[in-house]
Amino acid sequence: MSIVYKRPEVFTDEYKKYCGGCGHGIINRLIGEIMEEENLVDKAVLIWPIGCSVYADKYFKTDSICALHGRAPAVGTGVKRSCPEDLVVVYQGDGDMVSEGMAEIMHAGIRGEKFTVVFVNNSIYGMTGGQMAPTTLMDQVTTTTPYGRKDENTGHPVNMAEIISGLNGCYYSERVTVNSPANIRKTKAAIKKAFKYQMEGKGLSFVEVLSPCPTGWKVKPLQALKWIDDVVTKQYPLGVFKDCGQEEK
Amino acid sequence: MNRVTVDREMCKECEYCLHFCPKGTILKKSTTVNKMGYYPAEAVDMTDCIACGICASVCPEGAITVEKNI
Repeated sequence: MSIVYKRPEVFTDEYKKYCGGCGHGIINRLIGEIMEEENLVDKAVLIWPIGCSVYADKYFKTDSICALHGRAPAVGTGVKRSCPEDLVVVYQGDGDMVSEGMAEIMHAGIRGEKFTVVFVNNSIYGMTGGQMAPTTLMDQVTTTTPYGRKDENTGHPVNMAEIISGLNGCYYSERVTVNSPANIRKTKAAIKKAFKYQMEGKGLSFVEVLSPCPTGWKVKPLQALKWIDDVVTKQYPLGVFKDCGQEEK
Repeated sequence: MNRVTVDREMCKECEYCLHFCPKGTILKKSTTVNKMGYYPAEAVDMTDCIACGICASVCPEGAITVEKNI
């Protein structure tokens, strides 16, 4: 008998407060699996944002810090500089990073801080009830844009993976999604690579994950996965935008 | 025979496991609710299961355990 899959030991027994079908659960699980596979659990310090994943420090047995709204990269900078041997993972949602914390992530990228950023993009403010975020797609209906997002009032969506890849301090930038088993494997590979670059002491490694938000988008979970394929990836194309490790080879 | 176990209380009825199962006959939605009010997935017929682990890999809650050749 062999176990093909079981829940990672790094999780506590705490009931996750995510909605059914939320991508945060999958991404949390992938981070846990990778930490176990690479024996990084004792070294890991996870920096959690304000947002849907605010309670995630209760789900992991690792060291965790919950930062102020948008300030996770600033906290990560302090932790990584004082403990350079540790695995520092800055986990942020799209409202937290792109709206409140744009300055922090940009300057972390400019300085080339040597931690990993996992950016969960569900193109909406999930926790507060589905308001428009800076990453909301054009014509997407949210509670604050009931007629769809229009550029004359609210501007255009922000493609963070491309922006961060343009900074000299960024070592690795990739956009992935979690809407199918194949894409979940690619996401796991991307986060694993980001952790590897961090432990080698390279620059900022940035992974943007397009995540379904069935509650915020007001659809069924399976429709949300299809919507990522049909609509979200048109605005946010998947792929590697910068990989200095690949270029060095 | 392989075995798939779903943690009833952890499941949130997203149906990803039912949708992505390549066989489509192994898991089914329960007819009774768990303590949070969801109809959780449950393993009903293990004869066709190939223990590929896809149901577990898409589960946001990590509620599924897959064992091979029991």
